[in-house]
Amino acid sequence: MEAWMISNAVVAGLAVAGLGAAVVVRRNRLWREAAHELVRRRPWALMVVAAYVLVALADSVYWEGGDLDGADRVSQHEAMSLLDRAFHGTAEASYSAPLADFEFYGERSLERPGGHLLGTDILGRDVLYLTLKGARVALLIGGVTSAIAIPLALFFGIAAGYFGGRIDDGVFFLISTLSAIPGLLLLIALIMVLGQSTLSVCLALAVTSWVGFCRIARGETFKLRELEFVQAARSLGVSEARIIVRHILPNLIHLVVITYVLMFSGLVLSEAVLSWLGIGIEGSWGQMIVQASDELSREPVVWWNLTAAGAALFGLILAVNFVGDAVRDVLDPRTLREDG
Amino acid sequence: MSELLRVRGLTTQFPSEEGRVSVVDRLDLDMGTGEVLALVGESGCGKSMTALSLLRLVPKPGRIAAGEIRLGGADLLSLPVPEMRKVRGRDIAMIFQEPMTSLNAVATVGSQVIEAIRLHEKVSKARARDRVRELFGRVGIPDPDSRINAYPHQLSGGLKQRVMIAMSLAMRPKLLVADEPTTALDVTIQAQILGLLRELQKEIGMGILLITHDLGVVNELADRVAVMYAGRIVETASREAILARPAHPYTQGLLASIPVLSRHGERLKEIPGVVPSPADWPRGCRFSTRCPRVYAPCAEHEPAETLWGSGHRAWCHAVADEVGDD
Repeated sequence: MEAWMISNAVVAGLAVAGLGAAVVVRRNRLWREAAHELVRRRPWALMVVAAYVLVALADSVYWEGGDLDGADRVSQHEAMSLLDRAFHGTAEASYSAPLADFEFYGERSLERPGGHLLGTDILGRDVLYLTLKGARVALLIGGVTSAIAIPLALFFGIAAGYFGGRIDDGVFFLISTLSAIPGLLLLIALIMVLGQSTLSVCLALAVTSWVGFCRIARGETFKLRELEFVQAARSLGVSEARIIVRHILPNLIHLVVITYVLMFSGLVLSEAVLSWLGIGIEGSWGQMIVQASDELSREPVVWWNLTAAGAALFGLILAVNFVGDAVRDVLDPRTLREDG
Repeated sequence: MSELLRVRGLTTQFPSEEGRVSVVDRLDLDMGTGEVLALVGESGCGKSMTALSLLRLVPKPGRIAAGEIRLGGADLLSLPVPEMRKVRGRDIAMIFQEPMTSLNAVATVGSQVIEAIRLHEKVSKARARDRVRELFGRVGIPDPDSRINAYPHQLSGGLKQRVMIAMSLAMRPKLLVADEPTTALDVTIQAQILGLLRELQKEIGMGILLITHDLGVVNELADRVAVMYAGRIVETASREAILARPAHPYTQGLLASIPVLSRHGERLKEIPGVVPSPADWPRGCRFSTRCPRVYAPCAEHEPAETLWGSGHRAWCHAVADEVGDD
């Protein structure tokens, strides 16, 4: 199976998961109210996030062949995403063509914004196209990493907080050891070992970022365990496993959602730092910024590709933070609205 | 009245810097079927630990060190853990003091009671739901059809306590342990809940071990009273006997410290000092450090049981002397 097929499968999986989540949210009154409140509070930020997601999805649906104007034989047999196809103009990418194809080391490198909406980079690639391509990478980093880190943190956090004793000692030792190693050093070492790919960068970021939430989950479980409703459940003969699944976990879900959203923007930013160190992910905004930095000393200054990548990064993180802030307000049990 | 609960020599210990400390010490307790026994004492005397010991839910690192707990013949302390889990909720149930936190905030109250039923009985969700609706009606929750889908924060404290009662009585247990069931409620709601408990007790025929420091609650509900001090029972008798003719100086002190409106303007009587912590319980009689009638033997020997009236027993040197003199 080729990489692009996996990407399609992931999109299908996400669509199903998204649909499932929507159904759950619709059915449960508490979640439905929270969702409404979220839309009411942050309509614009949500739309911006949705736009990024759409672009990323457009760049994740691949297929082979198809009718491509003037495409050469190689690209006829290459799987291309929806986004690639939208930007696949004629082979004769010219000054007047609004959306041009790759043109390696052509004469029109580092072109000012004009014919190309956001100009071209040193390799003559369209900056708008590259920027849109970056959305998928950014969302992958944020999404995949938190999807690894949060279950890990929940598992260890709940185990430590609920059972205490030896298990707690063990988990705490692990957490303390991990957080004693400088994060960047550990990241570099992990990526060296795992090799430089999207998944390995995500894995490395996950290993260095689950500790914080693990502490929170442990503390929260510790608190919940002592509450009377857990005692009451025990006094009714509920087993430990069931108490964890039915009574502890649902009480942590709001924390999971909040952490997920807040972790997300931090992770996208960390990738930019990794790119700076040369161990980022191919095609990320971080890499665009690194490449653009080389052009800053030119005269006249080449500002457009740096600006595009920076603005895209800034826009996503600002929107996600706005949404995250609202999510926290809406889901925090202390701000739950009484009705009736 | 047949025997329901028989506790002998129950000792619950917690580790401390001075070694193991018994918070419940060689406690004996008997309850008949359908009897309401009130366990009375100040904060920190070991009432709640006694209750949790009965369900084998003593929080870690505490543990039951010795004793025997028999519920309708079965020895609870020797049951394996999964068996004990089945006993909880089915044979013994418990109501807690704080209705605000004793329900899971993120699940509907209906689903929590349904869980309680389906743990012990193989019934369909729909059938269990019908039962919950019935139960809610029975414990006086108005509009049970919609309340079943309510979340705890949408209910008042009194309603939550009714839900708790419905939950604990779902399996019609033989013994209900009620740990200060009305302490956190308004006075008017207290009266309603006590009335409800009495009705349900008669209907189901269960025994209630009522744990309280409120002698008003005792007077409302109890058949018999056991007064507890520093991990030991110091006096036990029928409600009438203990309220009318308390033998132990501690019981007398408790009764004297109830405010009475007709004695308006007088200073409220109190027992000086506080319950000593389990680590420094005095040798001899544990009440000797605060007792108004303390004399030589109190600090030396533990008092033996003295029969003060029919079914009325006390553990006190002074009382023993008084009885001996007659």
